[in-house]
Amino acid sequence: MGRFKTALKYSDITPKADFLNRRQLMTGAAGMTLAGGLVTPAAAALNAAKSEWSTTEEPTSYEDVTSYNNFYEFGTGKGDPAQYAHALTTDPWSVEIGGLVNNPGNYALEDILKDMTLEERIYRFRCVEAWSMVVPWVGFQLSDLIAKADPQGNAKYVAFETLMRPEEMHGQKNGSFPWPYVEGLRLDEAMHPLTLMATGLYDEPLPNQNGAPLRLVVPWKYGFKSIKSIVKITLTEKEPPATWNLINAREYGFYSNVNPNVSHPRWSQASHRVIGSGLFASKEPTEMFNGYGDAVASLYDGMDLSKFY
Amino acid sequence: MSVSQSVNAAARKLPAWPLYPILLFPGFWLFWTVLQNPGPNPVEALEHGLGEYALKLLVLGLLVTPLRDLGGLNLIKYRRAIGLMAFFYVCAHLLVYLVLDNQFWWDALIKDITKRPYIIVGVLAFLILIPLAVTSNNLSIRKLGPKRWRQIHYGAYLAVILGAAHFVMLKKTWQTEPLVYLAIAVILVAYRIPKLIR
Repeated sequence: MGRFKTALKYSDITPKADFLNRRQLMTGAAGMTLAGGLVTPAAAALNAAKSEWSTTEEPTSYEDVTSYNNFYEFGTGKGDPAQYAHALTTDPWSVEIGGLVNNPGNYALEDILKDMTLEERIYRFRCVEAWSMVVPWVGFQLSDLIAKADPQGNAKYVAFETLMRPEEMHGQKNGSFPWPYVEGLRLDEAMHPLTLMATGLYDEPLPNQNGAPLRLVVPWKYGFKSIKSIVKITLTEKEPPATWNLINAREYGFYSNVNPNVSHPRWSQASHRVIGSGLFASKEPTEMFNGYGDAVASLYDGMDLSKFY
Repeated sequence: MSVSQSVNAAARKLPAWPLYPILLFPGFWLFWTVLQNPGPNPVEALEHGLGEYALKLLVLGLLVTPLRDLGGLNLIKYRRAIGLMAFFYVCAHLLVYLVLDNQFWWDALIKDITKRPYIIVGVLAFLILIPLAVTSNNLSIRKLGPKRWRQIHYGAYLAVILGAAHFVMLKKTWQTEPLVYLAIAVILVAYRIPKLIR
């Protein structure tokens, strides 16, 4: 089966330069896939193609990436996800794609992956709690999946939802949190070539504590926007709800772009601690859009980012 | 002999000074562990660990009086060591914040200390504890007189509440552990209110 073709609407606003870059990249990726054998997501090594979107920075160790996590579905401590996420069943897994799309349906994950090209994307990751990692994700561009769903002309946002399964995700028994976790992006943000649906890291399938089997990665936004263990994707006309924004709108805006000039009301966002840098390392200054400004700043032209934080 | 009587009898024989090295040990152990096995975020592990020891000791110090009133336990001779070691952990916590976490980055520190409510609350607790630590000796009690000395040391009530509030405020959500500390601190201080009003 060939790649799904569609007449894109709102999503046509992907800059032409990015589009051309993407085509070059796909040509390269096809070659590498042939050389490396068939991409089989179930195998231990995902053999994902390299990407020009990757940073050259040294990735955080596998151990730190998989043991220092925020995933409140498994508890509020940083070590809780690594300790408890093994209880989660990730196979079978299906994703309900709906809302303003011409191809709605409940898709098995393996059917979705059949048509997607897996790439390795080494991205900086900046948590709203002022710490950072560099993660070698494996995944496909969300834009490819949205194109497959074929958005209708009035679709302007994409809503995401995490699995709700308290018997496996014991943190969801905590009634003070509005489960299930939900997040959202503007459609042009979702269509941006940097926006990734990750299925793995370090060339292996995602560990449960990192959001298996399918999670969002938006590297220019604070980590909580990158929703984990996704079961539902809905295209909408109105801005969808986002969990942390619902809990405290003053502290967590819908956009939540990494921005050193807009403090969290309770702490500064001007710098961050690099995970794995040791006891005597100093904090690093935080960059606008987490250093991805060249690629994404134009998405927010004319917007007051201190207001739309 | 009841439990409290045997504890009191033992306490009469056991001096207070070994409490200093005993209470110092968890802090050194934490520092040693973090040096040996830094993990993903050793600064946070040390900073939070020392802060929590400080809070535990503040609570422990405020337990001495209710234990005597309600349980007949007389541990008053250990209270100074508990209080001074609480202050030691507060200082160590603050030092890690200044030196390791922020590396004397004064621009950021001044903004933190003037703008961030949970930092302000923590710094206030530290400032309140300074005169208490300075006067935790026999000479000060003699010079100040018991009444004046006791008034100064009421500051511990405010400090424990501010310390627990500092812990509650730095979390993104209302979390059980810091709220339990705050509840205990409030109960221990509320226990004193009838006596203070009288």
